[in-house]
Amino acid sequence: MSGTNDLYDPKQVAALDPETLDAARAEASAAFAGATTLEALTALKPAHLGDRSPVLTARREIGALPPQARSESGKRVNEVRQAIQTEYDQRHAVLSTERDERVLAEEAVDVTLPGDRHARGSRHPLTQISERVADIFIGMGYEVAEGPEVESEWLNFDALNFLPDHPARTMQDTFHVEPPEARQVLRTHTSPVQIRTLLARDLPVYVVCPGRTFRTDELDATHTPVFHQVEGLAVDEGITMAHLKGTLDAFAQAMFGPESVTRLRPSYFPFTEPSAEVDVWFPEKRGGAGWVEWGGCGMVDPNVLRACGVDAEKYSGFAFGMGLERTLQFRNGLPDMRDMVEGDVRFTSAFAVEP
Amino acid sequence: MRVPVSWLLEHVQLPPDGAPLTADAVGEALIRVGLEVEDVLPIPATTGPLVVGRVASIEELTEFKKPIRYCRVDVGPEHNDTEGDGAGTRGIVCGATNFVEGDLVVAALPGAVLPGDFAIAARKTYGHVSDGMICALDELGLGDDHSGILVLPPGTADPGDDGATLLGLDDAVLDIAVTPDRGYALSVRGVARELACALDAPYGDPALMGFELPTPDGDAWPVHLDPASGCRRFVARRVTDLDPTAPSPWWLRRRLLLCGVRPISLAVDVTNYVMLELGQPMHAYDATRLSGDIVVRRAGADEKITTLDDAQRALDPDDVLVTDDSGPIGLAGIMGGASTEVGPETADVLLEAATWDAPSVARAARRHRLPSEAARRFEREVDPAVARAATDRAAWLLANYGGATVSSGVTDEGPFSDPVPAPAPVLMALDLPDRVAGTRYERGAVVRRLSQIGCAVEVAGADPGGSGEAGVRATPPTWRPDLTRPADLVEEVLRLEGYAGIPSELPAARPGTGLTLGQRRRRQVSRALADAGYDEVLPSPFVAPSVFDALGLDDGDPRRRALRLANPLDADRALMATTLLPGLLDAVVRNVSRGLRDLALYQIGQVVRPGADGPAEAPVLPVDARPDDAAFATVLEGLPDQPLRVGAVLAGAWDRAGWWGPGRPADWADAIEAARLVGQVYGAELTVTSDRHAPWHPGRCAALHLPDGTLVGHAGELHPKVLETLGLPARTCAMELELDRLPLVEARPSPAVSPFPPVLLDVALVLDAAVPSDAVVTALRDGGGDLVEDVRLFDVYTGPQVGEGNRSLAFALRLRAPDRTLTLEEASARRDAAVATAAERHGARLR
Repeated sequence: MSGTNDLYDPKQVAALDPETLDAARAEASAAFAGATTLEALTALKPAHLGDRSPVLTARREIGALPPQARSESGKRVNEVRQAIQTEYDQRHAVLSTERDERVLAEEAVDVTLPGDRHARGSRHPLTQISERVADIFIGMGYEVAEGPEVESEWLNFDALNFLPDHPARTMQDTFHVEPPEARQVLRTHTSPVQIRTLLARDLPVYVVCPGRTFRTDELDATHTPVFHQVEGLAVDEGITMAHLKGTLDAFAQAMFGPESVTRLRPSYFPFTEPSAEVDVWFPEKRGGAGWVEWGGCGMVDPNVLRACGVDAEKYSGFAFGMGLERTLQFRNGLPDMRDMVEGDVRFTSAFAVEP
Repeated sequence: MRVPVSWLLEHVQLPPDGAPLTADAVGEALIRVGLEVEDVLPIPATTGPLVVGRVASIEELTEFKKPIRYCRVDVGPEHNDTEGDGAGTRGIVCGATNFVEGDLVVAALPGAVLPGDFAIAARKTYGHVSDGMICALDELGLGDDHSGILVLPPGTADPGDDGATLLGLDDAVLDIAVTPDRGYALSVRGVARELACALDAPYGDPALMGFELPTPDGDAWPVHLDPASGCRRFVARRVTDLDPTAPSPWWLRRRLLLCGVRPISLAVDVTNYVMLELGQPMHAYDATRLSGDIVVRRAGADEKITTLDDAQRALDPDDVLVTDDSGPIGLAGIMGGASTEVGPETADVLLEAATWDAPSVARAARRHRLPSEAARRFEREVDPAVARAATDRAAWLLANYGGATVSSGVTDEGPFSDPVPAPAPVLMALDLPDRVAGTRYERGAVVRRLSQIGCAVEVAGADPGGSGEAGVRATPPTWRPDLTRPADLVEEVLRLEGYAGIPSELPAARPGTGLTLGQRRRRQVSRALADAGYDEVLPSPFVAPSVFDALGLDDGDPRRRALRLANPLDADRALMATTLLPGLLDAVVRNVSRGLRDLALYQIGQVVRPGADGPAEAPVLPVDARPDDAAFATVLEGLPDQPLRVGAVLAGAWDRAGWWGPGRPADWADAIEAARLVGQVYGAELTVTSDRHAPWHPGRCAALHLPDGTLVGHAGELHPKVLETLGLPARTCAMELELDRLPLVEARPSPAVSPFPPVLLDVALVLDAAVPSDAVVTALRDGGGDLVEDVRLFDVYTGPQVGEGNRSLAFALRLRAPDRTLTLEEASARRDAAVATAAERHGARLR
């Protein structure tokens, strides 16, 4: 591996010649500069920086020098080696950058290509709005109460102060269940859930009842026999109509924005006294801001409290109810009620997954 | 109820110096106090010359296909031709034939513009110059009658008089939806009273108009009321010598028209008019066709009546009848009988104004499907005190406009005959309105408002509620039977004081517990499916019995046991769905028909599952107290089961084809995966076993169970025959699970997560193809023991290399120790043990 050194003669160690070393460096420099790819550069490395390269061969010869000569020769060899390594590294960096640029350019894609390998799903807007309403009331300390869709007539009507032959019964066109003796109906409103709640829970009660309801209306652009309601009920000591109004205002603001307010118009429902229709000020109403009919409300009729065994002298309450289809119709500018029941995926998809 | 504004204002005294009230202002005032004014309909404007004319001559033009008349009409000196043959008249062509020479008509002259931008100009037609138009009512915007031109009663006006003034065209009609509690508002009397309250203006009660009539002396007709009839009052008065040809005066006809009632004859028009004015439905009998005494009673067995509409009706024992010796002559409060109807020759009229039992009328009107104007009022209660005023008013009108003689006899029978008993007084704490509204009304407001609606009010000393405050004792007027409780009086005070004055404040916030676990899980299922690519739909629950055949259900399948509606909208779809699949599959068909083929739909909803015995007779519970727990439980138990379910259907591509490569059709495994996803939401690993269950493909149907063995539902590909019958795409897949059967676990146990590296080993096993992969996974897990962290099937191979009837299943095992780095030797030993168990249980051998 090393040169012969059986005879001491420094001149014999030609590898350590400054000229030889400079030549090696110049050769390496030229070779590196001539390499145009990283692969070619890497291939040159053993010849100029490897064990058998001139500079490393020279370094091994240092041991053959007399001690006084070693230092200078060693320093010279190292300088050259360093220089070659630096040149290599610089060239490597240049070629790497070139390669990276080329590869990245080659890998460019058309980012406008579609990425929808799989269709996204969506939740029905009625589900979304129903949950939104529930969340608003949960924020006010309410709980969500639910009940069955096939309901007893007593819960749907009698307990809600609909007298048997009173025309109020015909206000809500009802689907009746066979046989008539069973006294069962498809609930015409979610109000029977209020009765269930008052019978089952301890007072005070603050609940909101969303759910599917039924009336014998033919399906058209503004009616559907199967629709959704949300009702609220608060029964506590000292509940006033002012509380009803405040609650409705808060509800409207949460649903339609901070400028929303509600307006009450006297009306009639068997289960509330006094009763009122609720209008809401809707800034985005088609054709300009204005009042929109939203639902019904009132103070729970003492007869209803009595049928539920609630002491009407001590407790009072309010109740309100809105159609969710209608709310969606005016809030989202939905032109045709039929879209909500037909199940066309283009309709649901437009509403995505919120909230 | 339709009512012209001008008629209302006749009974409300507006301040003489105030600005005139617009129709819209009247409408808004009524809305403020609780009448639902659905529409304010101004009579459409007519501009330009509209004048009264007298038909001078009629020339029938016979050469045309339809009757055409050329008339010369005297329209007053200002408008008549001044020269030529027709001087003193004007020529008008007319296609109507319901008039004769000498009749008074209304003519629109050139320059007039009738409603609908109908401009009148002179024009040549049918060989004559028509220099105007003789108008029909609908052309003037007065109703929709186009059966002929308007002929005014003689003497109503003179030729040349202004038509618009005479016809009262500067008016508007309010369309009011009257709520069921306010029967009194189905009259001008009642609506005008509300208007007076709303405007705080003096009110003139039309029932208090006095008429000069013969002093009552004896009965008008012998009438006997069976107490069982529930008839509260029966008033009758007779007029004779009526001129049956006398027309109704124009003002009366006009009011009827604007209220939407078609004028017929004086006698009929007068009864309708009095009903609209006073709210008292009336009936006019041809007295010469009555035989014997009138008896009011309930119907007997097998009785029949032919009503005014010429329909023969079988009567129910609950029906209340007016009868004479001939049998039934009227269905009380609903419709009169044909046999005693007033006709074109009737000169002798018996007028009836009765107060019927409201529930009886309501039931009979529903039973006979006769929602007449009379029934609508009686079922909402009619003021029993107005019956005399009504008969007098009608008799006076007949005397005045029909030349009739009013007989002195007045029949007034029944428990509410004069004097009408006063309704029971209601005691109320004076501050109750304040407490309900959450505000303080000014002193005197309560008494003032209650007096305004007609109550006799006294301020009593002690309050009935015991608060130590003063109370009021209000005796409601006879037309307000709805006022029976303090709450009813409170409503009157609040609505008249105005809901706008009630403050807006939130009740004190209270701690809530948020959604229940079940409610949260349902939301999560909905989100999880939507996130997985499903679209939610909300189909109708109404199904046809034939759908169960289409689904291929066995005769005894419990899903055929569906709840039936007594009055479905669509007779074919009278059943409530027992499964979510029919609705979802309907939605697939609809989407496919609209060109949307790649579908993944889901629904969360209740289904109705009646018990084997069907709904039983329910006990009638009280409403005056909390129901007895046992009786209430019976009612609840009588309801069908209505479990909450989730269903999903898949058709077309699950992964789409695209530039990335081919797509992948949705298949049975996607359906099962959807079911497992739902299970995972509840923290339940559903076990999958092969099943045969309609409507699924018998070889591609999975039953899904909880670890405790509870069946939760099914998933897989649907039976090809079902798909064909329902017109569904091939390979449509579905799943349906009962959410109520999934466990609700609030907190899942935390896992112990080992930080040590795993050993990953693959095994390929050859087995009988009939062995379910899931069973092999279980065997590998059982055999491998607790160091097996995961077993994942990554390849299934069938082919000659594994032999006929066999398949190769390749599994990736991940093994890990909780407390140390697992060695390869240890892991291999576990793998061998796992394979050994699979071999032992299922004959698996290493491939």
